[in-house]
Amino acid sequence: MKLTSDKDSNYYVISIEGDVDASSCIMLDKAIAEAVSKGENKILIDCTHLNYISSAGLGVFMSYIQDFESNNISLVLFNLSAKVKNVFQILGLDELIKIVSSKEEAKALIG
Amino acid sequence: MSHNLKIACTKNNLKDIRDFVNSTLRKLCIPELEINMIVLAVDEICANRIIHSNNCDKEQHLEVKIRDENQGVSFEIVDEGEIFDHSDYVEPSLDQLVREKRKGGLGLMLVKRIMDSIEVKKENDYTVCRLFKKINVC
Repeated sequence: MKLTSDKDSNYYVISIEGDVDASSCIMLDKAIAEAVSKGENKILIDCTHLNYISSAGLGVFMSYIQDFESNNISLVLFNLSAKVKNVFQILGLDELIKIVSSKEEAKALIG
Repeated sequence: MSHNLKIACTKNNLKDIRDFVNSTLRKLCIPELEINMIVLAVDEICANRIIHSNNCDKEQHLEVKIRDENQGVSFEIVDEGEIFDHSDYVEPSLDQLVREKRKGGLGLMLVKRIMDSIEVKKENDYTVCRLFKKINVC
């Protein structure tokens, strides 16, 4: 898995490439923690090249929900493939984690 | 027909296990979305076995056996690690996981939603986890 982080005006974009599994999820966790430590409060996750996600990856996103709500931090995932989006839907996590189709929609949602 | 993979118990090998399951299921004319879900379920069990029952010990091995049957596909995940009895597992609620900021706890929930049966047994010195998915195969 490869991760890249980038600023797009006042949005912090983390792009994921490859598979997020029990082996690689720690990298995603670190990337989100780094964004938070930098004081970023509008975090977009670009899933265009995310090929696969397991519960370990889902768990990373889940573990931030409470803190992000308390600290007014927005996190939105965009451009998921049908099979990756389906993994979020199996347990209904798509209702707890914001998921949209495009970067533009993600920006519009956060404002 | 049976397809087997034997691999060392390291997290880095999870990708190879997924590739093996993926390529085997592709030959059985299973739709892409279903393949991904089944791959996910097997990956979750293997990750649990490798991490929690074999402590990521590369000297230990795990075997994945896939068999296409009349009514669907069966999977056996076999290793020498300690048994984890899934019937004792009490599923946490999503609210609970969010409240406790837990990163774990979703894997078995996914497997239970995806597979039609899960059975774990100790057979001689081996722990055998059997999964079955009812699905049309060609």
